[in-house]
Amino acid sequence: MTENNFLTKTLTDTVLTRRSFLKWSAAVGGSAALAGGLNFGLKTVENAVAAGEEQVSTIGCYHNCGGRCILGAVVKDGTVVRLVPDPTPAKDEDLRTNPRAIPCLRGRSKIHHTYAPERLKYPLKRVGKRGEGKFERISWDEALDTIASEMKRIKEKYSNEAFYFMYASGENWKGPDGRDPMRRLMRLFGGYTDYYGSYSAAAYGAALPFITAGSGNSAEDVLNSKLIVLFGDNAVVNNAGGDNAGYWYMKAKENGTKFIVVDPILTDTAMALEAEWVPIIPGTDVALIAAMSHVMVKEDLYDKEFMATHATGFDEDTLPEGAPRNSSWMAYIMGHGPDKVEKTPAWAAAITGIPADRIASLAREIASVKPCALFQAWGWQRRAYGEQPVRALPILAAMSGNFGISGGGPGIRPSGMAFKMSGMPVPNNPVPAVISVFTWPDFITRGKEMTSGARDKIKGVDKLSSSMKFMWNQAGNTVINQHSDINLTTKILEDDTLLEFLVTFEVMMTPTAKFADILLPGTTGFEADNIITGEGHGIKGNHAWALFNHKIIEPMYECKEALWIAEQLADRLGLGDEFREGHMSREDWMQDMVKSAQESYPDFPSLEEFKKVGIYKVSSNKSTIAFADFRADPVANPLRTPTGKIEIYSPSLAAYNEPEEIPAIPKYIPEWEGLSDPLHDKYPLMMETTHFVARSHSTFDNVDYLREAHHQSIWINTLDAKKRGIKNGDMVKVYNDRGEVHLPAFVTHRIRPSVTNMYQGAWYMLNANGVDTRGCGNMLTKYHPTPLAKGNPQHTNLVQVEKL
Amino acid sequence: MTKQLAFSVDIAKCTGCKACQIACKDKNNLPIGVRWRRVFQYEGGEWIKQDGQMIPGNVYAYTVSAACMHCENPICMDVCPAAAISKRADGIVLIDQDKCIGCRYCSWACPYGAPQFNEDLGVMTKCNMCVDLVDKGERPACVESCPYRAMDFGPLDELRQKHGIFAAPAPLPDSNLTRPSVVYRPNRVTKSSGDTSGKLKNLEEL
Repeated sequence: MTENNFLTKTLTDTVLTRRSFLKWSAAVGGSAALAGGLNFGLKTVENAVAAGEEQVSTIGCYHNCGGRCILGAVVKDGTVVRLVPDPTPAKDEDLRTNPRAIPCLRGRSKIHHTYAPERLKYPLKRVGKRGEGKFERISWDEALDTIASEMKRIKEKYSNEAFYFMYASGENWKGPDGRDPMRRLMRLFGGYTDYYGSYSAAAYGAALPFITAGSGNSAEDVLNSKLIVLFGDNAVVNNAGGDNAGYWYMKAKENGTKFIVVDPILTDTAMALEAEWVPIIPGTDVALIAAMSHVMVKEDLYDKEFMATHATGFDEDTLPEGAPRNSSWMAYIMGHGPDKVEKTPAWAAAITGIPADRIASLAREIASVKPCALFQAWGWQRRAYGEQPVRALPILAAMSGNFGISGGGPGIRPSGMAFKMSGMPVPNNPVPAVISVFTWPDFITRGKEMTSGARDKIKGVDKLSSSMKFMWNQAGNTVINQHSDINLTTKILEDDTLLEFLVTFEVMMTPTAKFADILLPGTTGFEADNIITGEGHGIKGNHAWALFNHKIIEPMYECKEALWIAEQLADRLGLGDEFREGHMSREDWMQDMVKSAQESYPDFPSLEEFKKVGIYKVSSNKSTIAFADFRADPVANPLRTPTGKIEIYSPSLAAYNEPEEIPAIPKYIPEWEGLSDPLHDKYPLMMETTHFVARSHSTFDNVDYLREAHHQSIWINTLDAKKRGIKNGDMVKVYNDRGEVHLPAFVTHRIRPSVTNMYQGAWYMLNANGVDTRGCGNMLTKYHPTPLAKGNPQHTNLVQVEKL
Repeated sequence: MTKQLAFSVDIAKCTGCKACQIACKDKNNLPIGVRWRRVFQYEGGEWIKQDGQMIPGNVYAYTVSAACMHCENPICMDVCPAAAISKRADGIVLIDQDKCIGCRYCSWACPYGAPQFNEDLGVMTKCNMCVDLVDKGERPACVESCPYRAMDFGPLDELRQKHGIFAAPAPLPDSNLTRPSVVYRPNRVTKSSGDTSGKLKNLEEL
């Protein structure tokens, strides 16, 4: 790869000159009145800029859309007056290799996020019932002493296995803040039960190693595609930044690429790409893929030689040793498998809701237009049987001749360049036990019963010796709001004889924060120096960066940084020296980070210089073509799957011996709470809970500008609404046996009949009757882990909707 | 005379995210309820039965970002009883907040609803094209904000040469009313002002 590294001088010379006067550490300065009547009496970092002059400091958007977009904060007379997008000079921007990371609306709202009234101000201890939200202000010393003594008590009474470091994604610094300081400390303290997977891509992560492993073509390679078919993938909303996957799709459209979107929703992505929309019944994607395969076989439209040499179990001839007869993909689609059902377009039409002719024409188009890229996103795998489509789509990519070529790809996610910089070192976890990220409520209620068997699939040990007694929850709203079935989780957490101690370290009074025993107020990105690396979720293409996030105001109220808290706890646990390892300040940790970057990028600046320029960008003028070497020679360059091939039949999955739910080949499995579930008579509408443009998961839900811009609602098709007498904007009641939500209806043609969508991430707000009045889908979702990943199926739900 | 300045928006690049609206509010420090730039969501079509399955028949949607159009014939200026509205030599239409009496005539007269009452200030306000930035040679905040580079800014005649002369996508009003200084590049499904096949979908957000 020819890498074109360059140092981007992000700020004009005049600004640099002005900035050289700044003393970042000193804290004086007058009160910083946010214009418009808000005055928090804040101190800003001293600045020597003349009155009325503006200076720009780089900051980053460090939340979990994966974008990590770049902003400049304009500071004038001691106040952050406004934000500007990625201040990289336009002349350094190459729209085809290294576009500027222009933030979306979420990043642009950061001033109102920082100064939101929901900010936590002081350390708090719970005084009421857990979850009631009654707290008393305490000192930092009392808060930290209490946490340290509870850590010692629980370690002694139950062992380190009773500790859990909760999944969360609210802050994503490279460091020195973020999750690493506390992970480091808790491991030095003896460790904790860890988790595998994520709430984003549990099934993808679990299934991918058994089909292709690895990652796809780098995102900007879409500029070489003639046809792109997206299965789900609302990239312009989920990966919205100006250099992210959504940008590349839009750029490809400008380039003349045709898009087809298979999705129950005419998403903003499908709309903006002017895509052909193929609205599918959710959860039936494998039926569609099987039928398209069937068409390609029947009409001889696939690469037979490639499938014979590069895939395992495509047909009977390539089944691995020990596989039963008629267990191949070919047997499945031609009706020779155990179900004896031929997977014709007519068969799939009845399941997917897509007319048979359309299925056939789609198959022909994918098979004939070259190169064609098939992309899957993560929405379709947050479903009851989310592992199945993940493994199915690469089969079509392989059959249609697009696997391992430019402009095509292996039918998985796109990829991107990682920025090579190490964060704070985190030692190995002395506790070997690992649970699935989604199953922590079981760890609380029945930890000692959890085993490596089919039900729980814990890893590292055969069974757990303790249930969870201590939870560290940092920058996360997953404990309640983002986990399935809020009413169930509430019951579990309310019993403080089960989970004995819950610490939440947060910036906002979220629904989860209300459940803390000790609640610690954290700083936001405005309030501390930090470094961010810009590879995001790794789907941004072959460019990346490191960003110096400047401290632009003093910490608000009594808010503290993650590093400081870990240091303070380390001292109280007698681990101060081990924790610091000679690092006496934030600077010391950042010096190490900069040094590690310099090993990979010789022209990476000194920390001092990095602070001044703010941004260091790197890009490549060559795209990564995934598995091109495998395509050329599958024997010399095997995939990293267990069989080294495109593993359509997986002996590893067969070995689970759970063929109904973990089949060796991907299969269409009718969902519980799908349209064929008898519960459908009572609750006739499917409900998805997709990402919302005005939030990154639940982050930003409290920001007034964003609430004003995009209203929380439930999407319902015009025909379903008409049957119920519902008009656009009417308040409706959405309910099932698990809960009830009241919110406005968005009545639209842009969603399939029988399907609804309630954007995920709204902070639930209960009225006196226990009804959520904000619109949080997790009042209605089911805690039912997926078979292989034990992941979250938060898009698989049945509900009823009525006009209020 | 200086050339009339204008915005352009490429509807084919607009995802409806409203980064432009938030950037505008951030730059101009606007309170809740005042949106100098807004994004209209327009949608049409129907669902039909084919081969026993429900399919979308010509279902379409697009979004239109719009602010004050700094019109050639600024009707807001004509109706203002306090003579608080003026048009600069470069065509930027401004409200003088010291003269404004908050009567809202301009808001009622403007077919785009661009002037909006700011309760904190007690006067009418509207998009001023980030005149302070423009006077420094920079571009308005909204134009710089678009992750998809859908917006452009400059002299109207240059924008017309670059992007065409279309100025009235539905659901915006007929451009003959005030001769707006704006260019919209339509996408394949964009309808013209007066279209009745679709509906404005997000009135509550405007």
